[in-house]
Amino acid sequence: MIGLVHPRAIVVGGTLLIGCAALLIVAIGTGEFAMSPGEVLSGLAGSDPAASFIVRDLRLPRALCAVLAGAALGISGAIFQSLTRNPLGSPDIVGFTYGAGVGALVVITVFGGSGTVVSAGALAAGTITALAVYVLAFTRGGVSGHRLVLVGIAISALALALIDFLLARARIEDAQEATRWLLGSLNTRGWEDVWPLLGGFIVLAPALAVAGRPLRALELGDDAAHGLGVRVERARLGLVLLSVALVSGVAVAVGPVLFVALTAPQIARRVAHSPGPALVLSALTGAALVLAADVAAQRLVPSTPLPVGVMTGAFGGVYLAWLLARGWRRAAT
Amino acid sequence: MSRLRAHELTLAYDRHVVARDLSVEIADGGFTAIVGPNACGKSTLLRALARMLKPRDGTVLLDGAAIGSLPTRDVAKQIGLLPQSATAPDGITVSDLVARGRHPHQSLFRPWSKEDARAVREAMEQTDVVPLADRPVDELSGGQRQRVWLAMALAQETPLLLLDEPTTFLDIAHQLEVLDLCADLHERGRTLVAVLHDLNHACRYATQLIAMRDGEIVAQGAPADIVDAALVESVFGLRCSVVPDPEMGAPMIVPAARRARRPAQSSSRIQSPARSQ
Repeated sequence: MIGLVHPRAIVVGGTLLIGCAALLIVAIGTGEFAMSPGEVLSGLAGSDPAASFIVRDLRLPRALCAVLAGAALGISGAIFQSLTRNPLGSPDIVGFTYGAGVGALVVITVFGGSGTVVSAGALAAGTITALAVYVLAFTRGGVSGHRLVLVGIAISALALALIDFLLARARIEDAQEATRWLLGSLNTRGWEDVWPLLGGFIVLAPALAVAGRPLRALELGDDAAHGLGVRVERARLGLVLLSVALVSGVAVAVGPVLFVALTAPQIARRVAHSPGPALVLSALTGAALVLAADVAAQRLVPSTPLPVGVMTGAFGGVYLAWLLARGWRRAAT
Repeated sequence: MSRLRAHELTLAYDRHVVARDLSVEIADGGFTAIVGPNACGKSTLLRALARMLKPRDGTVLLDGAAIGSLPTRDVAKQIGLLPQSATAPDGITVSDLVARGRHPHQSLFRPWSKEDARAVREAMEQTDVVPLADRPVDELSGGQRQRVWLAMALAQETPLLLLDEPTTFLDIAHQLEVLDLCADLHERGRTLVAVLHDLNHACRYATQLIAMRDGEIVAQGAPADIVDAALVESVFGLRCSVVPDPEMGAPMIVPAARRARRPAQSSSRIQSPARSQ
């Protein structure tokens, strides 16, 4: 079977979509006042005013934030991993996330800022970090994936050290606030957090549709991509910018949600047996991961809701470790 | 006639000039082999012809227009490329990889057509990889893999095809298999340009040779017209006799005995043979 879309990818995509919908209903039913799926649906439909308030005004925005953030991280990770031809080449590893953390921390601990100022600081610092990594990884022949990952790891280590330094110097309340930000949380997310995420998606969607094509050629190596008529440097810069825009949107809206960008594309690729940047599948996998992590975070310790970042790390890490171990064992036998 | 030609090229990486004043005309419908010792600039010339390296000076012309000024996608419909270093994404199947050769013919609003399916099928038939269609590329042998990459370049359906050392890392039987395939393509009317390491292979398969040394072109022409002991000595610094090969009658290089070669060897830069240790 040749062509752009494999039947298996369609089946997997459909399953993921249904899974996301089911998780969305479970997520909305989760909270201090638990609701059955039936109650959630009638709340969504608006037939029961009390349920409708809880579902539409309180819990739906939080769940939608999880879906959008997960999808953005999944796509961003898929782009980065394809560009760097390295499963470790996720925006988490390549410095953006920790750079954004430094920006947020500086605002919180040094200037005592909060809210949008923290977001702005994170965005600015994250973008500067990403640009620094790109410039440092630039050689005469362009940017190689390997260098990007190595430079990214070095810059991340530097940013982590800065984060520790800032935390150690901070007042205890500021440090608490900063730590909450560093873990990424969906608690107290409302519609005002959904709109910017959704808007960002709508703005970036056409760019993603255009950029996905050269990505398939770039995967074959720069020379092959050249031969196929891709303007390699321009395409790569555009893709990096897109990927960073997606992660920064998430970092600003919900804080850094670790590991999703790293694991979602890997899981999508393995489940679908599809090579290459399966952007749609990665987006769905990312959304399902963040939703599931948020439900688990709320249900495991109902008294003190864990930040979703803790759960995505645990979830994604365990699943990826299991997948890799299984793959290696198979390869060994 | 030549659709693809280079006019007084100076090629450089950064400040390091690799080749100067190269003018070549690629014979339409010919099989041109670029030969020469290591680091003579032969791959660099191919990269310039493939518009992957911008010349410091001079121009590469495709149908009379400077290749750098043409939209790269339009060029990709005329010139296909088999690069030396291409990476297959993890787990990609043969048919999927070959299908990626259709990239320049596709667009956002025309992602996949019957025409693409036909081109992919034909490319796989020509290279005899149909039985491998659903196998992951990373499970294949070196020879099979090279046929698959060639199929990808063929699926691009370009009248001109540039090949950068297509036989490197293959054993002798697989080298000949790839060259036979190239000869088939050439007989069906494609214009081929290949960088080749083995001078005997080049003499046997190519219709035109471009012999280079130290970034300069030493000779251009049909193998039977230009290859003799003097040329091989001036290009490779190797004393040899040239005899007609017993199968085809093409010029065949037989290196001189070790003792006879010694004086020449000490005074010239010869690639050290891999088996010297």
